[in-house]
Amino acid sequence: MPTELEKQTEIDLKELAQDLVARAMKAGATAAECVVREGDEFSTLVRKGQVETLKESGSRAIGVRVFNGSRAASTYSSDFSRDGLERMLKSAIELSKITSEDPFAGIPEREQLGAISGDLNLYSDDVYSLPGEQRIEYARRCEKAALDYDPRIKNSEGGSFDAATGQKILANSHGFVGEYRRSYCSVSAVPIAQTDDGAMQRDFWYSVARSLKNLDSPEEVGKIAAQRTVRRLGGRKVKTAHVPVVLDPLVATSLLSHIYEGVNGDSVYRGASFLAGKLGEKIAADHVTVIDDGTIPGGFGTTPFDGEGIPTRRTVVIENGVLKSYLLNTYTAKKLKLQTTGNASRGLAGTPGIGLGNYFLQPGTKTPKQLIGEIQDGLYVTEFLGSGANLVTGDYSRGASGLWICGGELAYPVEEITVAGNLKEMFRNISEIADDLEFRGSVASPTLRIDGLLVGGE
Amino acid sequence: MDKNRFFFEHYGLTERDLEKYLAAALSAGGDYADLYFEYLSSTSLGVDESMVKTASQGISAGCGIRVLSGERTGYAYTDDLSPARILHAARTAALIASGPAKTPSAGFQQTQARSLYPVTLPSVDAEITAKVELVMRADAAARAYDPRIKEVRASYADELRNILVVGSDGTFAEDSQPLARMNVSTIAKTESNSARGTSGGGGRVALDFFFGDKTPEYFAKEASRQAILQLDAREAPAGEMEVVLGPGWPGVLLHEAVGHGLEADFNRKQTSAFAGLIGKRVASEKCTVVDNGTMPWRRGSLNVDDEGHPTQETVLIEKGILKGYLSDKLSAKLMGTADTGNGRRESYEHIPMPRMTNTYMLSGEDHPEDIIRSVKNGIYAVNFGGGQVDITSGKFVFSASEAYLIENGQVTAPIKGATLIGNGPDVLTRVSMVGNDLKLDEGVGTCGKDGQAVPVGVGIPTVKVDRLTVGGTARKDPGGFMQ
Repeated sequence: MPTELEKQTEIDLKELAQDLVARAMKAGATAAECVVREGDEFSTLVRKGQVETLKESGSRAIGVRVFNGSRAASTYSSDFSRDGLERMLKSAIELSKITSEDPFAGIPEREQLGAISGDLNLYSDDVYSLPGEQRIEYARRCEKAALDYDPRIKNSEGGSFDAATGQKILANSHGFVGEYRRSYCSVSAVPIAQTDDGAMQRDFWYSVARSLKNLDSPEEVGKIAAQRTVRRLGGRKVKTAHVPVVLDPLVATSLLSHIYEGVNGDSVYRGASFLAGKLGEKIAADHVTVIDDGTIPGGFGTTPFDGEGIPTRRTVVIENGVLKSYLLNTYTAKKLKLQTTGNASRGLAGTPGIGLGNYFLQPGTKTPKQLIGEIQDGLYVTEFLGSGANLVTGDYSRGASGLWICGGELAYPVEEITVAGNLKEMFRNISEIADDLEFRGSVASPTLRIDGLLVGGE
Repeated sequence: MDKNRFFFEHYGLTERDLEKYLAAALSAGGDYADLYFEYLSSTSLGVDESMVKTASQGISAGCGIRVLSGERTGYAYTDDLSPARILHAARTAALIASGPAKTPSAGFQQTQARSLYPVTLPSVDAEITAKVELVMRADAAARAYDPRIKEVRASYADELRNILVVGSDGTFAEDSQPLARMNVSTIAKTESNSARGTSGGGGRVALDFFFGDKTPEYFAKEASRQAILQLDAREAPAGEMEVVLGPGWPGVLLHEAVGHGLEADFNRKQTSAFAGLIGKRVASEKCTVVDNGTMPWRRGSLNVDDEGHPTQETVLIEKGILKGYLSDKLSAKLMGTADTGNGRRESYEHIPMPRMTNTYMLSGEDHPEDIIRSVKNGIYAVNFGGGQVDITSGKFVFSASEAYLIENGQVTAPIKGATLIGNGPDVLTRVSMVGNDLKLDEGVGTCGKDGQAVPVGVGIPTVKVDRLTVGGTARKDPGGFMQ
């Protein structure tokens, strides 16, 4: 049995991807691309001190995209048997006969292809170095720190420790072949606090890293989770009013995501974005500079090449409020008569979309405390609910909870309120950006203040 | 139904093999073990700029192995269905328990299940050219609706999921679950304005569904109508007001406000705002809410859930009184309640948990026109995007994509999309009128929980909520809404 297991994992996936591209070309494709993903995951959840779930597994999948002239089609499979791969190729070739001719379709030019060199520090095998019991212990310690922090923390959705590693391979018929491995580990806690009248609140905190040694201590994570939860107790509604709104770093990333959706080449060439056609125009406040950088060593959004085999790069999206660049892949760049920015993202199936590298808003100089200190009456948002942004019109309306700012201080929790405006004005009304930029994922933002929004309540 | 079908034929599985895998799963003790075999084939097509730009097909197969030991769950999966791999996964999942090996019950009893979606030719096996025709027709119809429609995207996607669930208690359930949907999205443009519209539908149906009543033209016209309407939308009001929900998709209110909060796992752990409220009033007496997995052809329906248990109709709220929770095997066992057949999972890679199927409110006795007429100043919301809920605080949102002002009992101007926010345990107590016009959604709902997506349905009659917070951009003045 063991020998059989070993044999199966030893298939050289790089060779396999190249071989499939060659076979697709032999079967009549005019261009082809193959992607292979392999990964494994471990996760454990400890609730009220007891292990609740343990999950451990691995899987892999393969996808091909073939071109029949300017017609494209794609197929994928989790079956790596000879027959399975043959069937996948055959249906891709068949499928490419029924799609439309699209003069803009195709893989990148040969000379565009490549990968940034050097160790990008994306993989550390220490994420799996802890023995099973200690992984559980990480989760347990994190939850315990939250439960012990305050007597009002009376329940919990648990503490967890997760680890994963993954490998991605891309090959195409211009001879490109590339691969990279990434690792990930995280620790988190979701405590529940309760008041004497029975009303409950929950919140969370987490730390994520590519190496175990960069993970925050479970105790620190649990403590912050508890602080974030307890401060929500006794939330009230507020009167409907126009007030300054401050977004904490976690929720501020959602605003950055709306900018991303707005500069996403797919939406831009279709005119489905309110930022389409605005290159070179002032779209945000003077101090707003937004950067996408897929090359930062160790970054959560770092890869040596994008989903089409283009080297990743640093792109200034907004500089001092002026829209400098869209985020593009090969197809959307051709549609807009621009150059790709190396932002192609590739799943197993379908045409490449647009993805992000490490994407962030440049920090300012004030501390969050100073920034809040300048507000007499306002809302500090710690959570948004729902996804109420319309990228075509910019209309924006979301549920929110957080803390009310009174006389420059975070005074009391508020909930069951809405925040509404229009993104076009919101970007221009970013009146303050704090200095607290920190990456807890591939999108990061400092604390920021927006004026002119309507907070809806009673 | 012959019990030796799909997986036995395709992978040469035998009952002896299944017993062996279950024995390996219980090799370190544990109360229960099950195997979930899945073979999913899917197709999708997309038209954009009147070109079929994407076409894709794929296959994903695997087996998930679960071991329950008290409140603990061990889980492992493999996408390689060879005996060695399945045994390896079974032994990994087994590690959750620590005791002497247990023996699974000898022999299997096949679950007697309904046949809610008896398609003869699953759409995934139908001619691709017919599917191409669907998306191209949608594109043409959306553009023909109005010259201001400038962008159209239409997509079609279908899948066939074959599953086999076997458990150490003798559970043996197979199902073949078709699922198909069409979506159309449009953008209308004038010199000064842009707006979007979306529509879609489907179910556990064959391809002929889209050649019957619910044609590509039907969805295309609806998406275009919404986009054109939104061109003239005014600012939505902000603050608390009377809200009338139209019938159908606005049932997403129930899904968010009460459905998730009534999933048994949250109540077992006392993390839901509804914990301990069984037998208590949580809605006005006009409200009766059910979850029903047994509706033929519906997107949220299942013959058996993903634990091999038959689905059923479960009354959640009866005349305003909370009656029950939605349960899977684990919560039913730990809470000593009935398994309601709501154990669902996204795929073999995921642990099952209590999930909704089709969740809706039964018709009342009010006439929809009377409901509108009873409102002096409020909004009438007929279409929604998604929603979200914090089950612990009970706060939920759902986002209106098509809504109108109601002024002095009349539906007047269309308003821009706005998020509505409320509190789950008390929003239904403010329901003062319930229409006689229950309608279910068109079949596009997908619910996410713990990172797992599953297809669901919702439905509601016209309903009046006396007070709900609307997240618009226009402040109310004492006489009505400022423009």
